Amino acid sequence: MANKSVVDFEAIKKDLADLPKPIQVLDENSKVVDQETFDSFSDDDLVEFMKKMVWERALHEQTMNFSRQGRMGFYAPTEGEEASEMGTVLAMKKQDYLLPAYRDIPQLIQHGATVTEAYLWSRGHVLGNEYEANAMMPQIIIGAAYDEAAGVGLGIKKNKEEDKIAFTYTGDGGTSQGDSYEGMNFAGAFQTPTLFIVQNNGFAISTPRAKQTAAPSLAQKAVAAGIPSVQVDGMDILACYTVAKAARDYITAGNGPVMIETLTYRYGAHSSAGDDPKRYRTEEEVKPWHEKDPLIRLRKVLEDKGLWSDEQEDKLVEEYKSSFKDAIKEADEAPKDKVSDMLKRTFEIPTPEMRKEIEKFEAKESNE
Amino acid sequence: MSKKTYIAAITDALDICLEDDPKTLIFGEDVGKNGGVFRTTQGLQDKYGEDRVFDTPLAESGILGLATGLGVQGFRPIPEIQFMGFSFEAIDQIVGQAARMRFRFNGKQTSPMTIRTPYGGGTHTAEMHADNLENFFTGVPGLRVVMPSNPYDAKGLLISSIENNDPVLFMENLKLYRSMKDDIPDGKYTVPLDKANVVQEGTDLTIVAYGAEVNEAKKAAEKLAENNVSVEIIDLRTVSPIDTDTIFKSLEKTHKVVIVQEAQKMAGVGAQVASAISEDAILSLDAPIGRVAAPNSVYPFAQGEDYWIPGADEIVEKANEILNY
Repeated sequence: MANKSVVDFEAIKKDLADLPKPIQVLDENSKVVDQETFDSFSDDDLVEFMKKMVWERALHEQTMNFSRQGRMGFYAPTEGEEASEMGTVLAMKKQDYLLPAYRDIPQLIQHGATVTEAYLWSRGHVLGNEYEANAMMPQIIIGAAYDEAAGVGLGIKKNKEEDKIAFTYTGDGGTSQGDSYEGMNFAGAFQTPTLFIVQNNGFAISTPRAKQTAAPSLAQKAVAAGIPSVQVDGMDILACYTVAKAARDYITAGNGPVMIETLTYRYGAHSSAGDDPKRYRTEEEVKPWHEKDPLIRLRKVLEDKGLWSDEQEDKLVEEYKSSFKDAIKEADEAPKDKVSDMLKRTFEIPTPEMRKEIEKFEAKESNE
Repeated sequence: MSKKTYIAAITDALDICLEDDPKTLIFGEDVGKNGGVFRTTQGLQDKYGEDRVFDTPLAESGILGLATGLGVQGFRPIPEIQFMGFSFEAIDQIVGQAARMRFRFNGKQTSPMTIRTPYGGGTHTAEMHADNLENFFTGVPGLRVVMPSNPYDAKGLLISSIENNDPVLFMENLKLYRSMKDDIPDGKYTVPLDKANVVQEGTDLTIVAYGAEVNEAKKAAEKLAENNVSVEIIDLRTVSPIDTDTIFKSLEKTHKVVIVQEAQKMAGVGAQVASAISEDAILSLDAPIGRVAAPNSVYPFAQGEDYWIPGADEIVEKANEILNY
């Protein structure tokens, strides 16, 4: 018997690991590596991108402050992910339908929800989900939105709505759930106008990306569904925007779904509820990511062009934070969520048992 | 009027709803060209096109997620889970997503879907094909569970379910598909959700049943009638929520009850009925509550089914025990 295998599995494995370089416009030192794309942005565009990232960072800082004061409910820190989040969402149009996960609150606000509503959602108040935005509420089951995004996309296609897509986010952990594959596979099979975005921030709570999958990239996971996918430098907002915009153009031209993996990093904890990142990662590991900071990267470019200054940024941060303080005050004034209302919104036609419960709680609540 | 099997009545209801509302869509595994593995959707793709009646990849969570997403875009989906045991794969999409849409969004977004799925034993199918899982799903707020026992109800309840603006789990009994025929109206009619049916009136004992066990209850009642026992049979039709008023009213007359279900005894529909009676109607009774249900084993392999599923004899036995208390 011959010992030699008829298939060179090691060679196949090696081929899988031979990945193209993630797409970049600015490198880690703010050097332009794709001049043509860079030149397509006006000075105003560049300033606008910077403002959005400063806004997201300020939102994060102020929300963490509120959290320390005990004024927030569930909150997933976003610091470090500004380029990935703002870059992709700014490439979307208002008519697009967003299916966010719990870390995608800044995108949800950009897409039409108010900060007040976001805060109410964080506190677990139903009024936080009544926004006018074309969006689902933030998804907790990390793969589930991928299935639904295929459905929303199919609906858009069946309604023959042009220039409209469904777009959804999950993280590196989310790609391990079966639903993320099912969703991409359905979208591929039905050729729906859906954009799947994986924000690979390195960790699913404490589980590192390397333990999540043996796949050399998460973008590869779309290949099995027949969907084109790409890795992009998630700390470079110009690259994130450019790739998301190109994906949207490709999708709205009737070419079916796309998947984007952004390579980003979560500086802080998974959530404000208290996981300690020091337990699962070292300072040496985190430091280089801070050096790739998306705000620093674009700020250097703007400063070189004389378009940005510390004073300007400080003033903006002040303004933003003041608006977040107004928002939380407004959230404080929301009427209490009552059990009778919870019962009323469970079914359109309450069940006989619920009718009795509603009566019981209404009587109690009127005495409060 | 025409004589129709349970399955033909369901096809008829689907046809009427597709005709009535262009936003209704049927999809699932093999529902298109093949007309479903039981031919429930036979002819519907030819009539309404692949845009309205279509096959999906083989993935139950994907099918239900697709339904939720389509609902958001204004459609009224009628997804099919090929066999109820396959719904294990879709628990999050049914329970964690669809059933709570109205609640999450304060009514701004809802999930008006009807999930059709065959269940039930006695046809010697492979494992996971016969499991009757209503005991799981009746504990889910925001989800209705409907289980018709005959062709007339199957058509009328299915139309009501599809027109309802909340998600409905519509469970079709596999054994009844072709073993039963009724004279049913040809056009559109509805049978109300959340309302039990008094199948036959009686004065000595109430039997509460649903699904295929309603027929076993009828057989049992015939045998009991030979000994001059007058049985009232209540068919729940909707098992979540349960129409307790109809049950309580009957108990005021009969003072005795036997609750019958095909599913395992633990928790679930029969336990809920017994609990409701204990809580609110115990003084109507002059004997303990009788229960007939399948044993609490895993759903058996095909060869064991016939001994496992409760039949008319067991109902008669339990009824006599209660009557002689």
